[in-house]
Amino acid sequence: MAANLSKKSLRSPLAEARGLGSAKHGTEHWWHQRVTAIALVPLTIWFVFGVIRHLGADHAAFVAWMKSPFSAVMMALTAAVTFHHAQSGLQVVIEDYVHNELAKVLSILAVKFVCYALAAACVFSVLKISFGA
Amino acid sequence: MVEFNLPANSKVGVGKTINAANGAKRAKSFKIYRWTPDDGQNPRVDTYIVDLDKFGPMVLDAIIYIKNNIDSTLTFRRSCREGICGSCAMNIDGLNTLACLKAIEDIKGDVKIYPLPHMPVVKDLVPDLKHIYAQLASIKPWLQTQSPAPSRERLQSPEDRAKLDGLYECILCFCCSTSCPSYWWNGDRYLGPSILLQAYRWIVDSRDEMTGERLDNLEDPFRLYRCHTIMNCTKACPKGLNPAKAIAEIKKLMVQRR
Repeated sequence: MAANLSKKSLRSPLAEARGLGSAKHGTEHWWHQRVTAIALVPLTIWFVFGVIRHLGADHAAFVAWMKSPFSAVMMALTAAVTFHHAQSGLQVVIEDYVHNELAKVLSILAVKFVCYALAAACVFSVLKISFGA
Repeated sequence: MVEFNLPANSKVGVGKTINAANGAKRAKSFKIYRWTPDDGQNPRVDTYIVDLDKFGPMVLDAIIYIKNNIDSTLTFRRSCREGICGSCAMNIDGLNTLACLKAIEDIKGDVKIYPLPHMPVVKDLVPDLKHIYAQLASIKPWLQTQSPAPSRERLQSPEDRAKLDGLYECILCFCCSTSCPSYWWNGDRYLGPSILLQAYRWIVDSRDEMTGERLDNLEDPFRLYRCHTIMNCTKACPKGLNPAKAIAEIKKLMVQRR
């Protein structure tokens, strides 16, 4: 704890404790983590069972599965919710452990960019299978 | 970043061993963390071997005996010696607890005593509590109202009074906060379980009129949401309170008022 507090500061302890004040946010982030976690329960079960059902199936069988509107919607949701949940969870981990302000901001940005890029790639793939090819 | 190694000047060495048991039948070793700011030395662990028949049953009895009879330089806080003042909070046998409530016979092998973890040390077993006291002051732990002061006491129904049970008993020993990894890593901004339990004690008080402002003051990714329900706080509390539940109740109110 002491590591983050300036040891030789002449500010009063109360000034250090009050710091920059409350950010007045954080509830949405916390709540979204819970909501996405709950949403992932049925989505993950559907995904795992879907993959198990197609064990040993060929490419055509997979494409046929993904082409059905229900599978396409479920797959797009699974990808979007998974990566949204992942970036918000990883943000918390980084905030916990990275105390250098610049490194913290850069790593959170990197995580968000990568997660949303992967989510977009997944959703695009699902749409491409559904509508074209 | 999180520091997984102690800084060079905090590496704990082996100190002296004093055998004061004189071949007693019930001898026990107490290994106690020692550090003084005066000699520029690293901390060390001194071993005192003592006769359990010479003093009472609690760990506090043992360290008072050592200070009085063996080594008067041993420094620690204590006052009430019956679990109500919270002064003798320390890390005993790997758990934060009150030395006056911890029975020696419950500890197998040597009794290892360290100051509360991850706090700056003033000397030996005395941690610097300046910052955590300032954090307590920052949540304004007193009744705040808007309406003019009544001419008589502020009334509270027995049901509303019951909501304070499990909260008002906190003695601010800080065993919980100093057992919390989130408080270790981010204690400069995270308020920690003890202060959040105090905050909830005033949020839930039916006589207080500043509930919304109190919640505003806590709504922060660091002040409140560093709690990841690790539950070390509840496990450590020597008074059997549940700070983790108090924090969960605050989070519920935060969602409820959206």
